[in-house]
Amino acid sequence: MEFKHKDLLGLEDLSAEEMVYILDQAESFKEISERPIKKVPTLRGKTVVLFFYEPSTRTRTSFEIAAKRLSADSVSLSASTSSMVKGETLADTARNLEAMNPDAIVLRHSSSGAPHLLASLVRSAVINAGDGTHEHPTQGLLDMLTMRQVKGRLDRLRVAIIGDIAHSRVARSNMIGLSKMGAEVRVCGPPTMLPPGLEQAYGVSVFFRPESALEGADVVMMLRVQMERAQAPLFPGLREYARLYGLSAQRLALAAPDAIVMHPGPMNRGVEISPEVADGPRSVILNQVTNGVAVRMALLYLLIGGERES
Amino acid sequence: MRVLIKGGRVVDPSRNLDARLEVLIEDGRVLDLVPPGNEGGFGGEAELIQAEGLVVAPGLIDMHVHLREPGHEYKETIASGTAAAAAGGFTAVAAMPNTRPVNDNRSVTDFILAQAVKAGLARVYPVSAMTVGLAGEVLCEYGEQAEAGAVAVSDDGRPVSDAQTMRRVLEYARAFDLVAISHAEDPRLSAGGVMNEGLVSCRLGLAGLPAASEESGVFRDVMLAALTGARLHLAHISTAGAVEIVRRAKARGLRVTAETAPHYFTLTEEAVIGYRTEAKMNPPLRTQADVEAVRQGLADGTLDAVATDHAPQSSLEKEVEFDQAAFGIVGLETALPLTLALVRQKRLTLSQAVAALSTHPARILHLPGGSLAPGALADVTLIDLEQEWVVRAENFRSLSRNTPFEGFKVQGRAVMTLLAGRPIAL
Repeated sequence: MEFKHKDLLGLEDLSAEEMVYILDQAESFKEISERPIKKVPTLRGKTVVLFFYEPSTRTRTSFEIAAKRLSADSVSLSASTSSMVKGETLADTARNLEAMNPDAIVLRHSSSGAPHLLASLVRSAVINAGDGTHEHPTQGLLDMLTMRQVKGRLDRLRVAIIGDIAHSRVARSNMIGLSKMGAEVRVCGPPTMLPPGLEQAYGVSVFFRPESALEGADVVMMLRVQMERAQAPLFPGLREYARLYGLSAQRLALAAPDAIVMHPGPMNRGVEISPEVADGPRSVILNQVTNGVAVRMALLYLLIGGERES
Repeated sequence: MRVLIKGGRVVDPSRNLDARLEVLIEDGRVLDLVPPGNEGGFGGEAELIQAEGLVVAPGLIDMHVHLREPGHEYKETIASGTAAAAAGGFTAVAAMPNTRPVNDNRSVTDFILAQAVKAGLARVYPVSAMTVGLAGEVLCEYGEQAEAGAVAVSDDGRPVSDAQTMRRVLEYARAFDLVAISHAEDPRLSAGGVMNEGLVSCRLGLAGLPAASEESGVFRDVMLAALTGARLHLAHISTAGAVEIVRRAKARGLRVTAETAPHYFTLTEEAVIGYRTEAKMNPPLRTQADVEAVRQGLADGTLDAVATDHAPQSSLEKEVEFDQAAFGIVGLETALPLTLALVRQKRLTLSQAVAALSTHPARILHLPGGSLAPGALADVTLIDLEQEWVVRAENFRSLSRNTPFEGFKVQGRAVMTLLAGRPIAL
């Protein structure tokens, strides 16, 4: 199969077949990170710009490690070190970066659709590392890779995503990706965190209370509660949220006996997830992080690797 | 000076007229309309305008434009905006007050009128701000603004959020028989929103402007119109619910009128997909059901006027992240063919379309024009209903290019406008 995309802006642009292909590639890249010498020359001479307009530790580090393990040169830019603090527009920054001929630009941005604007302006491959409340496609892929590894399949997998769906790009990428892969996706949160039209827009089922969403679930994905949203006001406060929606061991027992627990991080321990569940035997939260590197290596390779660039 | 418009199909909704007539113009006013061949000796000394195959309509009036001067001349000037108006078939526009400085006092109204006269391409009727600085607090001097030539009051773009202030605006405007043009919206419910709230905003991860925000604003202002007896005109109606509220207000006999814009009966929220900032405006593009309701509202007379809400923005405001982009699209040069599409689709008669674009705006704002009756001001638009063309923003007379209709194949075009009998050369 040939991967024909210039950019990765969202899982909405990929077919199930293409996602399977990326996950398969990621599997084969995983092994590199387990070697004593974790470096291959695949992307030698390629330049990857990591442009993080919004703070991120995990995703940026993961992309940077992925690029370095493939021998690409990576350059990191953040909003405070870029000209954007001087009032330069994203479009101008893009054109300037483009003038230096990078092969790929990885963009994290607080505005939904910012990577789409960037991609329309540059020849480089653009990888969306999270745009506003839209998508976080590499997170969606690494989540699916993790589920597939542990569960052996995605088709007909029952996945419950619990938290602030409205403001979650992780939820959107997972809803899109998992639905295309044939999984049964349930989303759950207080109605203030569920945008109208989720069922129609993503083909998921919607639950207001976690007990019903958890019933028989194979995968439980908890989303981070953003503390500042308590003032919005989307919910009365952390106390009631933790009590009604937090994943305790007791509540997890409602899911399938072999259900796994996921979280895209960073976690609010004691709010959306209890420490014993986060650290417990069902947690695959750190596997997600490990898989993140493999997925990003696969994507960099597929987008800018090989002869297709010449 | 005499002008004879010969061979055209005269469509004058003010008199329910749709017939082959010659239009005789003398000294800037319509002298008479006569059947072909009955112009007698008039033609001998008149400038002749051949109108075979063309519709001869009262000059089109766009009651809702942003000319951006003073203050934002890089987006539009009064000269470029009125050139765009003339190119689009408009002989008059009403200019919204959200310039810099805001048109909240006589000196700005005087300036706008002087600039318009200098350009000489279309009439400009200034709209005064409702409140000083559009801040929603202190009333402007409507009396002096009316004397200077302001034809209405509006805080367009900045809904007056305080109901008590809005009540006083409506009451005070009555003293001068000025219509209050309301941008009706609940600003708190809209806070942060950048497109219609619905399926598409959900998928794009963009914050929504719910229909309820417009509808609650419309409902509040209708109730205040009932309370005060004032003349209320509702700007840019875009939702099915808002159309229904206006319909009921009219059935109650309230002095309420309303407009919509071509994009609200042509496009849906799907035009935003791809984060297209040229499809970002407020109110936002809605759903197919709303488009249908707006068309129905025009057809049954609930919506009186088609106005463009012509809102020029430069690439500085539009070539940015979607949520950072300014609201607004240009409309003067595409409004006529988009409205005529409703005629071809048999949703409106040609007479209804001309009424919405000319006769009704003139009545609402108490303007001369909107009619070709003998004695009327000879502002005329000649329209070729058949001409097919492709919208290319690069050809616009407007200084700005922010249109969602780029590349649209359209039919119908204004081929000439006359101001007081004088053909406008572009």
